[in-house]
Amino acid sequence: MGIGDGLSRTFLSWPVVRQVTGADPLGRGPAARSAHTDGLTARTETADRVARSVCPYCAVGCGQLVYVKDEQVVQIEGDPDSPVSRGRLCPKGSASKNLVTSPLRQTTVRYRAPFGTEWEDLELDVAMEMIADRVVKARDDTWQELDDDKTVRRTLGIASLGGATLDNEENYLIKKLFTAMGAIQIENQARI
Amino acid sequence: MAGKHSLFGPVDPAADAGYGEDHPPRMGFFTDTSICIGCKACEVACKEWNDVPATHFDMLGSSYDNSLSLNANQWRHVAFIEQAKPLGEQESGLRRQAVDLGMPGMAPPDGASAAHAGQDDDAGRPDFRWLMSSDVCKHCTHAACLDVCPTGSLFRTEFGTVVVQDDICNGCGYCVPACPYGVIERRKGPEGAKNVGIAQKCTLCYDRLGAGSTPACAQACPTQSIQFGDVDELRERADARLAQLHEAGTTDARLYGHDPEDGVGGAGAFFLLLDEPEVYGLPPDPVVTTKDLPHMFNRAGVAALTLLAGAALSFLGRRR
Amino acid sequence: MAEAHPVGFQWVMEAKARGATVIHVDPRFTRTSALADTFVPLRVGTDIAFLGGVINYVLQNGLDFREYVVAYTNAAVIVSDDYQDTEDLDGLFSGFDPATRTYDPASWQYAGRDSAQDGDDQDHVVQRETASALQHETHGIGVESDPPRDETLQHPRCVYQILKRHFARYTPELVSQTCGVSTEAFLEVARAFTENSGRDRTTALVYSVGWTQHSVGVQYIRTGAILQLLLGNMGRPGGGIMALRGHASIQGSTDIPTLFNLLPGYLPMPTAGVDDSLDDWLDGISHPGSKGYWANARAYGVNLLKAYWGDAATAENDFCFDYLPRITGDHGTYRTVLDMIDGKVKGYFLLGQNPAVGSAHGKAQRLGMANLDFLVVRDLFEIESATFWKNSPEVETGEIVPQECRTEVFLMPAASHVEKEGTFTQTQRMLQWREKAVEPPGDCRSELWFFYHLGRLIRERLAGSTAERDRPLLDLAWDYPMLGDTDDPDAEAVLMEINGYDVATRRPLSSFTEMKADGSTLGGCWIYTGVFADGVNQAARRTPGSEQSYVAPEWGWAWPANRRTLYNRASADPQGRPWSERKAYVWWDASRGAAGEWTGHDVPDFEVTKPPSYRAPAGSDGVEAIEGVDPFIMQGDGKGSLFVPKGLIDGPLPTHYEPVESPFRNPIHGQQANPTRKEYSRPANRLNPSPPEPHAEVFPYVFTTSRLTEHHTAGGMSRYVGRLAELQPEMFVEVSPELAAERGLQNGGWCHVVTARAAVEGRVLVTDRLSPLRVEGRVIHQVWLPYHWGTGGMVTGDSANDLFGISLDPNVLIQESKAGTCDVLPGRRPTGRDLLAFVEGYQRRSGVHDDHARPIVTVGPGAQAPDDGDETPDPAGGT
Repeated sequence: MGIGDGLSRTFLSWPVVRQVTGADPLGRGPAARSAHTDGLTARTETADRVARSVCPYCAVGCGQLVYVKDEQVVQIEGDPDSPVSRGRLCPKGSASKNLVTSPLRQTTVRYRAPFGTEWEDLELDVAMEMIADRVVKARDDTWQELDDDKTVRRTLGIASLGGATLDNEENYLIKKLFTAMGAIQIENQARI
Repeated sequence: MAGKHSLFGPVDPAADAGYGEDHPPRMGFFTDTSICIGCKACEVACKEWNDVPATHFDMLGSSYDNSLSLNANQWRHVAFIEQAKPLGEQESGLRRQAVDLGMPGMAPPDGASAAHAGQDDDAGRPDFRWLMSSDVCKHCTHAACLDVCPTGSLFRTEFGTVVVQDDICNGCGYCVPACPYGVIERRKGPEGAKNVGIAQKCTLCYDRLGAGSTPACAQACPTQSIQFGDVDELRERADARLAQLHEAGTTDARLYGHDPEDGVGGAGAFFLLLDEPEVYGLPPDPVVTTKDLPHMFNRAGVAALTLLAGAALSFLGRRR
Repeated sequence: MAEAHPVGFQWVMEAKARGATVIHVDPRFTRTSALADTFVPLRVGTDIAFLGGVINYVLQNGLDFREYVVAYTNAAVIVSDDYQDTEDLDGLFSGFDPATRTYDPASWQYAGRDSAQDGDDQDHVVQRETASALQHETHGIGVESDPPRDETLQHPRCVYQILKRHFARYTPELVSQTCGVSTEAFLEVARAFTENSGRDRTTALVYSVGWTQHSVGVQYIRTGAILQLLLGNMGRPGGGIMALRGHASIQGSTDIPTLFNLLPGYLPMPTAGVDDSLDDWLDGISHPGSKGYWANARAYGVNLLKAYWGDAATAENDFCFDYLPRITGDHGTYRTVLDMIDGKVKGYFLLGQNPAVGSAHGKAQRLGMANLDFLVVRDLFEIESATFWKNSPEVETGEIVPQECRTEVFLMPAASHVEKEGTFTQTQRMLQWREKAVEPPGDCRSELWFFYHLGRLIRERLAGSTAERDRPLLDLAWDYPMLGDTDDPDAEAVLMEINGYDVATRRPLSSFTEMKADGSTLGGCWIYTGVFADGVNQAARRTPGSEQSYVAPEWGWAWPANRRTLYNRASADPQGRPWSERKAYVWWDASRGAAGEWTGHDVPDFEVTKPPSYRAPAGSDGVEAIEGVDPFIMQGDGKGSLFVPKGLIDGPLPTHYEPVESPFRNPIHGQQANPTRKEYSRPANRLNPSPPEPHAEVFPYVFTTSRLTEHHTAGGMSRYVGRLAELQPEMFVEVSPELAAERGLQNGGWCHVVTARAAVEGRVLVTDRLSPLRVEGRVIHQVWLPYHWGTGGMVTGDSANDLFGISLDPNVLIQESKAGTCDVLPGRRPTGRDLLAFVEGYQRRSGVHDDHARPIVTVGPGAQAPDDGDETPDPAGGT
């Protein structure tokens, strides 16, 4: 090892030269190594940091290690410390990097106007303002103070479905806000 | 016994390739197919780590195999074999559940609803088992791909594994017919895509080994069907597992590729199979295609390679 | 389990390597079966008959764990002599009202109960509408704490004897006839189950949505619970009933619910006219007079209200209890979708959920979405639920015309699991904190960000409002520290609020027992209190598994109080000694502390210093009434419920009903299917006919669906990921060689599957893994489909969920989407308008077209009367 160290790809680093001068006369081992090969390092070794995470697919809750280099995810693999998964992952968990770095990820807001036939672009803050306007209006339009003679103080005009892939903290704020709004048709996969 | 720098017989491949006495032990895989659940985590983990593209999006209609075979874009491949055979002591439940459909050759309906065909071996279906097996480059002790590589791209690592150096390979393709297993292949694809035209195959995650890590496939494998480690120790483990299965009644279990006396001097990646190798698409008695290479070089020179290539291709029928 | 939870399956494989026998019961031979010792195929929808057979085997042969059963279950309790069983009434229990198709449970009560207290706090119509069993699941049953008992189990009306009579007809022969399982296969399972249970051994039951997605789903699990209690497998290591849940935090989304009938910690949403005051609401939870920890419901409820409304919530205003909106019935997701079709819903939020593919009756889902004012979809990818207006199957048939579809759609890109921090609660109730690895790309944001800022913007718009209705929003405690350039709320601060703290000092609470009912503490989810014990984020703990015991208590944090096995006091005998050394888990140690303590491998699920000999003073209730031999501390009598006198809509015991769509007449009862099921009968939701109705033969085959290892649910996280999409690139249909021959299907060719709702096509996979079964003397073919595909992503295909109609379990309002009938034809399905005509042809031939409504009650008074199936009063709404 080390024969190729520091050498550029000149005639001197040609395998044949190393072959006849080294312990590998058939040129199948050390003599065949390129500088690139000698420089190989696992990207788990060169990562800037490792985040301890949990697989986002099923509920087994396998531990994941997320390796980050230059603010990009460069590898996601099983966390051997986890007493649940012992470092192992199924094909979905193993595809987690592919999931988070997929070129199909939606990274901008898409907007479809009523009766529209194509998506349009929308700034994030504009979309947020528009959604807030619509929520306030739908709530006002469908507010129900009484059902028969019973106080209900609610809206049946706003519904939600989702949460089983979200964090507890997120579900907490979702339920808190919708409840304060008077929206009650707040559901998730647990009903499905 | 084979001599120094031999092309046949049992040797320590790393030492044979010129690594000094302080080289690490030979590392490899023992794939115990009797506990493979066919999840394909190995296929995905391999592709994620080695940046192998996903390119095959057609259903094959061959059980749950949609990856076809080992090839340039498939360094691990899980085979699925549905067989009309019993699996050891397993009660598949399908034979005794079989019901008479009034088809030719079947007994007439007996009308007694509780009397299932299980009590009658002549009626109904044969037994059933579903075999799964994750295949990979064998990292042969005597690797023909390496021996025929004219550029030195393919080389033997200090761990005894066989690795393609992408920066050296010129895509000549000599290695492709040389492999008795049909593992190595030049990557096809659009010009400019990564490593197109370059020979590609499992590296046993050479970069991870250098960092003291487990190869990605073995790290992911949920049931430890893929076991990574020191080849000598893995061989012991394989022997013990085989004995255990035989004792448990799985008498058709066998090891494949573990024997240093076989045609490739023993594989660095070997298997416990539950049927003949051909059933899994593996050649029954692979021989390193360069076994007689020195002799032939003397007699016929380089032209012999072409013949060898033709001979090797005959092994590959089922896999192409 | 190997298919959908492969990494969890490593423990099964390890157990097998150590000598365990693995039995797999499933309609089809899967990757789990391939590794099992025994595979038992059974007919879809007959699990209660199968498990009932095992229960009968236990009871007839006296194989129950008698000491456990007498001490820890309600087996000895004597039931009212008014009680009549399904064995007496041909498939109905006493108290059935055919007009409402609900039960009055008065006759199911324990003997000696004052009739004035009979029944439940709500009638069963309301209970079904509000999926109340989900509350009872954790509330425990509100029964009196000290019912009459016969410790010898001989009294003819004791639960044990009722059970014995109820299951007596579930013989091996009946199991075989009903389930299509051979008697020897059944007996092998029964023997293995019982031989592996008792003092020295335990057996675990693992289930998933194959049990829940039925019109009798809750009773499937009840059957498992009865069996596990009889065999002494609850609260013990290696035992239990485990729900293998399918989404990363679906347990968490039930604990901190996004569910219409629940508030955090399984507190019920108040019902109009029932929970009119804070006291009414809390009494309905705490069941005064009952035993157990729900007696402290006032503290849990007040702490939640304080967490929601902070300083505005005071004792004087009942802690803003009136700010909570009231439910009046069924507001579940299926009801809501039908309301969308009817134009009653204006706005809809989809949060990492893809109902266009993932929910039953896909067409109803998509037509509902096409009739909104606005739809907000938050997802990683452009999923089908965001694109229904341009490429759904209904666009192809002309039922949705983009230029005429008014729904405004916002597709908001979401942050992935590595781009935000927070906790998931996995399937064993364990919270695990995720560190944030990187910033989300572009406009991607977390739900935390989205909802915090949406709330902020709404509050800005309402600022200054004097309307009473806006007070709950304006008084909301909505102040969290912001992090980073994008102003992300601090998830750890939210978790701290969930955990709870002392209002004055902000000291985090370490246990829900520290919660005060006077407003001096607050906490958003009482069962999660302790996740921030000692001010430390316990969910972030990562002591390696290799450095601690097998219970691994220092990895993450499990609710409640970091207990890993619930009701683990049952792992010791009544005297507090382990049932056996081999199965020692939690036990009483008289030498610990001042006068003895509970100790063991896990956190004891019992008051640590309450000795086994403790007996409750007369007249006590709540925690004080839990005796030293009452392991089931959340139940009103401290015992495991073999018989459930209240809280279930469809009966105190499970009994076999056919799936709503079945080719067979119920072999056990005149009552065909669950008589109390929820069915939204309307022309758009026609169900295939089943006996005793005519024309069932139009749909001669049974079909079921499930997941493939290579995909995830509705495909939103797998069809858009190349390395998964290529592994299973096309929709397919699995059939047996026998069915292939009968219908002329070619392996690799095309076929289409037809129901009264839809026809979907897929490639044919002919496989011996499916086998025809002999049921009730005739051959039945079963068909299997995965449900992962839709029109989007890298690999597309028809959606199997389009085949299902909507019929629901009455207890929890979960749909029956694991059993249906169908026809299978070779080749591709018709397209466009032809497809509609094709399906309509099947409706006509099977007699379920137009206004036809089918009978639901098939026995007794009211039998065979057409039923509109939907007795939900039309919500008045504001529309």
